[in-house]
Amino acid sequence: MEKLRFERPVITRINAGVPDKFGRGANIQSISTIDDIEVSELIANYGSPLFVISEKKIRATYQEAVSAFKTRYPKIQFAWSYKTNYLNAVCKVYHQEGSWAEVVSGFEFEKALANGVPGNKILFNGPDKSDEDLTMAISHEALIHIDHFDELYSIIALAPKIGKKAKVAIRINMDTGIYPRWDRFGFNYENGEAWTAINKIMPEPDLDLMGLHTHIGTYILTPNAYTVAADKLASLVVRIKQKYDHYIKYLDLGGGFASKNTLKGAYLPGTDTCPSFDDYAEAITAALINSDIQHDHMPTLFLETGRALIDDAGYLLGTVLANKRLADGRRSLVIDIGVNNLFTSFWYDHQIVPAGIVHPDSEDTTIYGPLCMNIDVIRNAIQFPVLEKGNQVVIKRVGAYNMTQWLQFITYRPNVVMIDENGKSHVIRENENHATMNELERVPEHLKEIYL
Amino acid sequence: MKLKKNIAISESGFLFDPSSGDSFNLNKTGQQIVKMLSEGKSENAIIRSILEEFKVEKHTLQRYLDDFYSMLRQFNLIENE
Ligand SMILES: Cc1ncc(COP(=O)(O)O)c(C=O)c1O
Repeated sequence: MEKLRFERPVITRINAGVPDKFGRGANIQSISTIDDIEVSELIANYGSPLFVISEKKIRATYQEAVSAFKTRYPKIQFAWSYKTNYLNAVCKVYHQEGSWAEVVSGFEFEKALANGVPGNKILFNGPDKSDEDLTMAISHEALIHIDHFDELYSIIALAPKIGKKAKVAIRINMDTGIYPRWDRFGFNYENGEAWTAINKIMPEPDLDLMGLHTHIGTYILTPNAYTVAADKLASLVVRIKQKYDHYIKYLDLGGGFASKNTLKGAYLPGTDTCPSFDDYAEAITAALINSDIQHDHMPTLFLETGRALIDDAGYLLGTVLANKRLADGRRSLVIDIGVNNLFTSFWYDHQIVPAGIVHPDSEDTTIYGPLCMNIDVIRNAIQFPVLEKGNQVVIKRVGAYNMTQWLQFITYRPNVVMIDENGKSHVIRENENHATMNELERVPEHLKEIYL
Repeated sequence: MKLKKNIAISESGFLFDPSSGDSFNLNKTGQQIVKMLSEGKSENAIIRSILEEFKVEKHTLQRYLDDFYSMLRQFNLIENE
């Protein structure tokens, strides 16, 4: 195999305090209620900051996505991408809607099982599957998406010991014309590695090749990349049928649909640039329908959509701690939401709005979080109304990746509340406290006493 | 050479050092090397692994790595040696 071209390793510090190109903002709308509950009431009842998830919005978005695909291609199955938001209540909403589970670790696998998902409706992705994980997956008849040859060999060794056939797919990376190319996961299409993997799997008596998987990246703004991906997967389906007389049961196109959040440095807001579910569905299903796959053996289309399904359903509520003037005279607002809770603020310019009616004047403002560190910037240089200490703010579209990638740092992580379809609120994850934080810590005997 | 503990690395090449509050972007090769460091791989093992995978002269690679490691040191991402 030809070796890859080497690219020099680079690390760059991300500088806080550099204003974005346009000092864009001017969204001086406000939000007073979420699903008809007052923001002030939510904060009074559950504290600040507070994550709020709208069950209604989750279901509506999910149904919109399903219908965009089902109307074009009947054999559709979504699998909820656990890492995007694995709070059990959130997962259960998706499972009630009929979504399977897509997991990338033993931990997520156990979570899915505990949420009641039968093993044969779990897709197991990722490069990190221990022998214990694989044993669990094979025993539960999960669909194992093989990432590399070492994993393949482990499965070949394990399956006969367990006495069950391993149901597998391979993850395939490929050139779909977009950058960056996610080529560190799975087997490469263009250089023939994927075909080699298929040829190793097919003769194995204890492995059943069920599907082909790809996940071409995340926040993908060009639906055509999916057309290319679907085309390439379809060509392998045809080739496998020719050589082995074996029908692939499903093609999994992964996740990656953009949400309406605005990427940092983007010229236009995400609400303008984000393709619709219809755009993505058309790109994928047209490629499948026009492929050479035999009509009566069309594979089921799996989707592992994450952020595009959940981002809009999540809100983060917070409170103004202080107004400050910076040394150069710019205004800054300090709020109780830090980057530890809003991890996605590192790549999105999140939309933040005041809760309730506010002062009509706005000023060029930088919004900081409460952490004692310089990078704790929620928004740089936006036009924002002048708020007072104690006023409340709402950050929109935080449903994806924050409630899984948040960092416990300096403070406790806050309550997460779900508002159900009848407008009733439920805590779905309690805020941390001193006891929960200390539960896992152990102090050696000789350090128990201190002398001051 | 050991990466400082607690450093958070995201799939997209974002690195966060909670002890200083600094954050960084890594390109793909940078990510790969930091990952190997975080797995406790030695400098020699990293060189071997890169030479196996990529088309690059050993001494060019060594130069790039020295420079990259000195950046990691400068950014305080390495445990005191
Ligand atoms: C294998 C796999 N599937 C699905 C997803 C969900 O992606 P997204 O949130 O971009 O839809 C991811 C996220 O990176 C992933 O790695």
